[in-house]
Amino acid sequence: MPELLPPPRESALTGFRTLLHKEVLRFWKVGFQTVLAPVLNAMLFLLIFSHVLDRHVTVYGEVSYGSFLVPGLVMMSLLQNAFANSSSSLIQSKITGNIIFMLLPPLSYREFYAAYVLASVLRGLLVGVGVLLVAWPLVDLPFVHPLWILVFALLGGAILGSLGVIAGIWADKFDQLAGFQNFLILPLTMLSGVFYSIHSLPALWQRISHANPFFYMIDGFRYGFFGHSDVSPWLSLAVVGVSFVLLTALTLALLARGYKLRT
Amino acid sequence: MSLPAIRVSALTKRYGGLQALAGVDLEIRQGEFFGLLGPNGAGKTTLISALAGLVRPDGGRLEVMGHDVVADYRQARRALGVVPQELVFDPFFSVRELLRIQAGYFGLRADAWIDEILEGLGLTAKANVNMRALSGGMKRRVLVAQALVHRPPVIVLDEPTAGVDVELRQGLWQFVRKLNEAGHTIVLTTHYLEEAETLCGRIAMLKSGRVVALDTTANLLERFATHTLHTRLAQPQIGVALGGRADEDGWVDFAFDQFAEVEVLLARLREAGAGLQEMRLGEPDLERVFVEVMQRA
Repeated sequence: MPELLPPPRESALTGFRTLLHKEVLRFWKVGFQTVLAPVLNAMLFLLIFSHVLDRHVTVYGEVSYGSFLVPGLVMMSLLQNAFANSSSSLIQSKITGNIIFMLLPPLSYREFYAAYVLASVLRGLLVGVGVLLVAWPLVDLPFVHPLWILVFALLGGAILGSLGVIAGIWADKFDQLAGFQNFLILPLTMLSGVFYSIHSLPALWQRISHANPFFYMIDGFRYGFFGHSDVSPWLSLAVVGVSFVLLTALTLALLARGYKLRT
Repeated sequence: MSLPAIRVSALTKRYGGLQALAGVDLEIRQGEFFGLLGPNGAGKTTLISALAGLVRPDGGRLEVMGHDVVADYRQARRALGVVPQELVFDPFFSVRELLRIQAGYFGLRADAWIDEILEGLGLTAKANVNMRALSGGMKRRVLVAQALVHRPPVIVLDEPTAGVDVELRQGLWQFVRKLNEAGHTIVLTTHYLEEAETLCGRIAMLKSGRVVALDTTANLLERFATHTLHTRLAQPQIGVALGGRADEDGWVDFAFDQFAEVEVLLARLREAGAGLQEMRLGEPDLERVFVEVMQRA
């Protein structure tokens, strides 16, 4: 029977690592839906668009449309799934009430943030790598600057993971979260140059695209593959880096205040 | 004198126009089995939530085992286990996975202790079953297990037996009593006043965010509750004229403090020709104390 003994010895398994582990387990257990389905979606986009446009369109001079499309699809899948991970996990926990189990332990808001965002990045990377692996045999991908690829993948995943945390704690209903996803995340990713180079757009739409931070994530990521991009990768890095810092600061401020979590 | 398990000082909390806590002062000693009673909306759950860091108070201070729940939240939360009122669970995991995760949030690997809790709560056979597949009663036990997984010295149970069958209720109290005997401080809120009367050594009653009574259970029963002589009379109106209170079932009740008063009362009923047909004695109980305290407050 239980006795009042000294608490069990603390192990290296910290609260942060446990929350991260739990968040990874959560999507891994339903991997069919959270990893395989997005890979299949991206492949359908690739098959349809490249079938229709591959012979008619080349980009950056000599890059085939199929090759051009793949990094965009990889990044789009990565971003959307990073967002979906933290946002859906948080809203489910809020609506079912089990968020209390994360709020009662001695986890700091920074640990909370880091665990949710890192799990989002991991799911995004897993989906991105999945899309890349399936697409690789079908197109020619040079991987000119792998470090740029990695940096934009990590920053993009972290930005969308943070946005997912904000959306997840802000939304009180699945409907509100779907609104955030369908009216903000989806248009911004679809209109970010995933399917086209913005040089092919009229001047007005080019200017509008430059105001979309998602454009810089995709463009910088694509630079890593081809060594070509619509804008300088350094400009993309600056925009994406500043976006990451600002969103992290905003998310941490909301969590520190206990916004909609600790009343 | 040892540190109190819980110290609440001048605690206030307002939700819009509602003053949920209006300056609560309370001290719960280590090792106590303490009852927190009050009608719906009295502030019990707000007080517990503030203790657990789920609600941010507007003013005042809260300490668990000497640790301020805001400034020293890590130590305060390590010292506290809360069984929430709502039947909440994470549908992705089995019972054992859930308990391991919960222990991990506290930085602990506690497999042997988890086995002990599972056994103590009759959950061993369900250890590898997904939470979704458990009955309501079993889910309630898992909630208790989750609150105990970091072996906290102070355990708060927020209406743990609401909607729970008799067998589980008895099993749960047996387990919680053993925890208390082992030295854990237990704080209980419940609407089942007979449970509080049986289990709690000391009780605080809340109304509209204030503590309106705070004493040992025995003292409360003695101070507030009177004995009752229930009578069935041929002429109930005579009983009422002699100070009795008629109820809907035709009984006339007389409240008294000393048994010597019964003799006098019976003599007066006989002299007045009330026609005593049946009678029984009612012991003081916490429900009567509760009603009286709430009416006076």
